[in-house]
Amino acid sequence: MIRKLFYFSSPQNFYPLAGKLWPMFACLATALTIWGLWLGMFVAPTDVQQGEGYRIIYVHVPVSWMSMVIYLAMAFWALLGLTFNTRLSGMLTSALAPTGAIFAFLSLWTGALWGKPMWGTWWVWDARLTSELILFFLYLGFIALTSAIDDARRADKAGAILALVGALNVPVIYFSVKWWNTLHQGASVSLTKGSSMQQTMLEAMLIMAVAFWMYAIAMTLYRVRSIILVRERHSQWVADLPEVKAQSLEART
Amino acid sequence: MIWSSFSDFWSMGGYGLYVWGSFGVTAALLAAEAFWTRRGRQNALTRVASELQAADANGKDWH
Repeated sequence: MIRKLFYFSSPQNFYPLAGKLWPMFACLATALTIWGLWLGMFVAPTDVQQGEGYRIIYVHVPVSWMSMVIYLAMAFWALLGLTFNTRLSGMLTSALAPTGAIFAFLSLWTGALWGKPMWGTWWVWDARLTSELILFFLYLGFIALTSAIDDARRADKAGAILALVGALNVPVIYFSVKWWNTLHQGASVSLTKGSSMQQTMLEAMLIMAVAFWMYAIAMTLYRVRSIILVRERHSQWVADLPEVKAQSLEART
Repeated sequence: MIWSSFSDFWSMGGYGLYVWGSFGVTAALLAAEAFWTRRGRQNALTRVASELQAADANGKDWH
């Protein structure tokens, strides 16, 4: 097991593995999305308090959760990269960031569209919303910082530090509804208290959350392959790849 | 089935704008991301191939 981990921590070995894995995650994401949307939009009943407007929950909660999970995953790879100086860690951190940024944006967007009819406002500067906005800026900051530094290894280091420091914001987002008096409602699903939601609604929301998780993994694996190609372009194994040879032939003709 | 007609489904009990605004933008952004990521791979392949060719043309063996 440990040997396998070491084996796949080399970009050369991870590249074909990621190539085999991403289509599986993409298929899972598609199937789960269809299932989750069916349950959420056609089976789940109307909410007693919020009518049909509550159905925003099937995107809002999953994208918000994933925006936090992806940032934690980035912090994990960043820590691994800083500790063991593995090249692949930095590439994975960078590959995660764009998907995380999109999920953070969607969390704010769907939140605004939910807030308007229920609270009467698109936006308030309360703890939950503000800390999620900070998360979105952290993603953008990470992307800007790492793409501004030409040397890949130095970019990885700087990015890793930003990812680690920024990770402090994630528990702040999560617990903000408890720590401060906010307009945002408390957690509907909690690890300690279970769920206060109706069964079908809960199932549909969880299925959508797993679907987005699978989507994020598929995207990250696909993106990390492009990063590996560019970073390892001076090595023989990249030159020997059939897709690179095909591209060279195409360019020649 | 909880909807009596398509227009019933579409109006979402008066919340149509908010519900479809959320689902629509999410779908559009994820589709756009998939497209960008695909193009990113194509760009990476083009870049790698052209650098390899330039190296061949210079007669340098830098592997």
